[in-house]
Amino acid sequence: MMSPAHYLFLSLALFLIGCIGVITRRNVIVVLMSIELILNAVNINLVMFSRIFGDVAGQVFVLFIIADAAAEAAVGLGIVIAFFRNRESVLADEMDLLKW
Amino acid sequence: MLDSVLFYTFGGVAVLSAALMITRRDPLHSAVFLITTLLATGEIFLQLRADFLFVAQIILYACGIMVLFLFVIMLVRVDAAVPQMRFRVQKLGALAVVFALGFEVLVILFSADKLPGEGLFVQEIAAAGKLPPNSEALARSLFTTYSLPFEMAGVLLLVAIVGAVVMAKSRNRMDES
Amino acid sequence: MNAAFYPVRQFIQDWWLEFFSGVVILVAFPLVVAYVALVERKILADKQTGSGPLPLEPHRTLQPRAEGLRLFLKGDIVPPNADKLIFWLAPILSVVAALTSLGAIAFGPAVQVARDINVGILFVIAMGSLGFLGVILGGWASNCQNLNIGAMRGTAKLVSYEVGGGLAILSALLVSGTLNIRAIVEAQQRSGAWFIFLAPIGFLIYLVASIAQSKRIRFDLLEQRPEPVSGDKVEYVGFRWSLCFLAECANRIVVASIATTLFLGGWLRPFSNEPWFYWLDYLPPILIVLLGVCCIYRAGKQPVLAQSLWMWVLALVCLCVAGVFALPVAAVSLQFLLPGLHGAFWFLLKVGIFLYIFAWLRLSIPRYSFGQLMRVGWHILIPVAIANVFAIGIALFLEYEAGWNRWFAFGVMNFFPVALAAYLLRLHEKRAAGSSRTRAMATDSYAG
Repeated sequence: MMSPAHYLFLSLALFLIGCIGVITRRNVIVVLMSIELILNAVNINLVMFSRIFGDVAGQVFVLFIIADAAAEAAVGLGIVIAFFRNRESVLADEMDLLKW
Repeated sequence: MLDSVLFYTFGGVAVLSAALMITRRDPLHSAVFLITTLLATGEIFLQLRADFLFVAQIILYACGIMVLFLFVIMLVRVDAAVPQMRFRVQKLGALAVVFALGFEVLVILFSADKLPGEGLFVQEIAAAGKLPPNSEALARSLFTTYSLPFEMAGVLLLVAIVGAVVMAKSRNRMDES
Repeated sequence: MNAAFYPVRQFIQDWWLEFFSGVVILVAFPLVVAYVALVERKILADKQTGSGPLPLEPHRTLQPRAEGLRLFLKGDIVPPNADKLIFWLAPILSVVAALTSLGAIAFGPAVQVARDINVGILFVIAMGSLGFLGVILGGWASNCQNLNIGAMRGTAKLVSYEVGGGLAILSALLVSGTLNIRAIVEAQQRSGAWFIFLAPIGFLIYLVASIAQSKRIRFDLLEQRPEPVSGDKVEYVGFRWSLCFLAECANRIVVASIATTLFLGGWLRPFSNEPWFYWLDYLPPILIVLLGVCCIYRAGKQPVLAQSLWMWVLALVCLCVAGVFALPVAAVSLQFLLPGLHGAFWFLLKVGIFLYIFAWLRLSIPRYSFGQLMRVGWHILIPVAIANVFAIGIALFLEYEAGWNRWFAFGVMNFFPVALAAYLLRLHEKRAAGSSRTRAMATDSYAG
């Protein structure tokens, strides 16, 4: 195992790239994928700390995060498909039905 | 030495594919690069002696969630030539936010006397040979200490299945049934 | 310079055997796959009428090599509107996934590329399921609507049957108590019974799921009549096609290996626990000698001299191999070779039996339509698999906590998944038979 600093920086890099993806992209599906990237960055952190302290609770948490990410991706994509059926578009700035 | 070679290779692959993922025009290419990022992250788990999570990451994330994403991308195919990032202000704003966040985190990490992570109060990292077998320890913890969150995760997945099917079902069929 | 070189040398010293085995697999495997394809054509022909590919050189045994060379040299055609990245990536992903999963399988107690992975079985399954991405990306890359829909259906089928297969594997893992491949086989040796006798329903479910997963026979949706020639591989030419085919064959062998490891005792010979069955140790060389005798017998019946000579050569090779197998049994000083060599023989024999069954079923049973396929997978296979997991769990509880006899407990508890399966099958048949009038009006959510 490398020193904790390495893993912290790796996860920070992935987190920031995910943030850029969420803020910048127009396509909602790519935004959802960037959110998955953010969750992965957090997973790396958790697993690293679980390894350092020898406590398996971090890995249990990661398992729950993965399950939660699956649920969120499924529902989110369901919403995207429902929206696409109405508006023929998946671009974020065209989802403005609630704008006043 | 093997450790650092593996870490830099797969860490580099992860960061590179992530950067490629957010800059592709075609969402399908983004999905493919996310798959490589997930596989590289899985290898980082393996290096940290979390072998069950390595396998879980591949089966659940790379083969489960990403297949879901690929299906949806293929179904909602829009013209890939549409410019994906129209507003320049948005790009600058994103970079500003990210730099601010990154700078803040780095300041916090470096503000201690030691390098990030070396100030931890743990005396030493548990030697790899003395760790209990990963799957057994994980299973024991999951079914005894954390059994309630485990059951709740199951209910959450059930609710998500029902919700996703309801959301994605075609309108005509819903009126019929 | 020397100081930097030392860790590299240490690394090579520690890992050279794994690298070597990996390279051997990579090099030898395409040849094995080509011959497996030839053998399968022979089996099919044998079941139908004749003796399969026969003319020219002896029994067409040199044909796989010629075919391999032809595929290698054939020009590469890329469809004009195809997505270049994905077109390039899909066969590579399939092949990498299939060959990596081969690496973790134990062909014998000491023959395993990636040793002692604590989650061995799960790793093999994970790498096998990476192949799904190859299917779906391959269908997309050809930029043809038909193939795209075909690939999506194929992936839906693979994912559905992976759930059923995974639950069936889970029931066998419950009995073995570990995910390590070598430990699973050792658990079967300790308990004195292959897991097929303790969890037969699990074996049957896994058999069905694995046939679906390896895109074989009843379930080869992607090569059906509506699809052009080779289904999802039609746009790939030459070397790319051979990569796809290699991946599919490797997948078949991996799936057969998992079934062998989990249910048929891996590299154990029958009755490996009983001391008075030691005469079975002589079986490998005897079987190979029999094969040689068969070759000699058939050599006299060949129409062409070249083919007779070839049969004599094969017989000689068989006798030499039999000698190699007989040596550790006879000579005490070479006893240490016994588990590895004979273990590999038994393992390959069982995998061969599976491949034979796959080829046999290919001829005997007609295909499923997509709607029927998904219905069987979700309505029948998964409930029975879940019931099976419950039954095995309760049987283990009865054996360890309540002190019942192992065979009695498992026998009683295995009755319930069988009953559920019979009930579901009856429901399925009633629905299929009785609803022909209402079928035109009902919306079939799986079809189309």
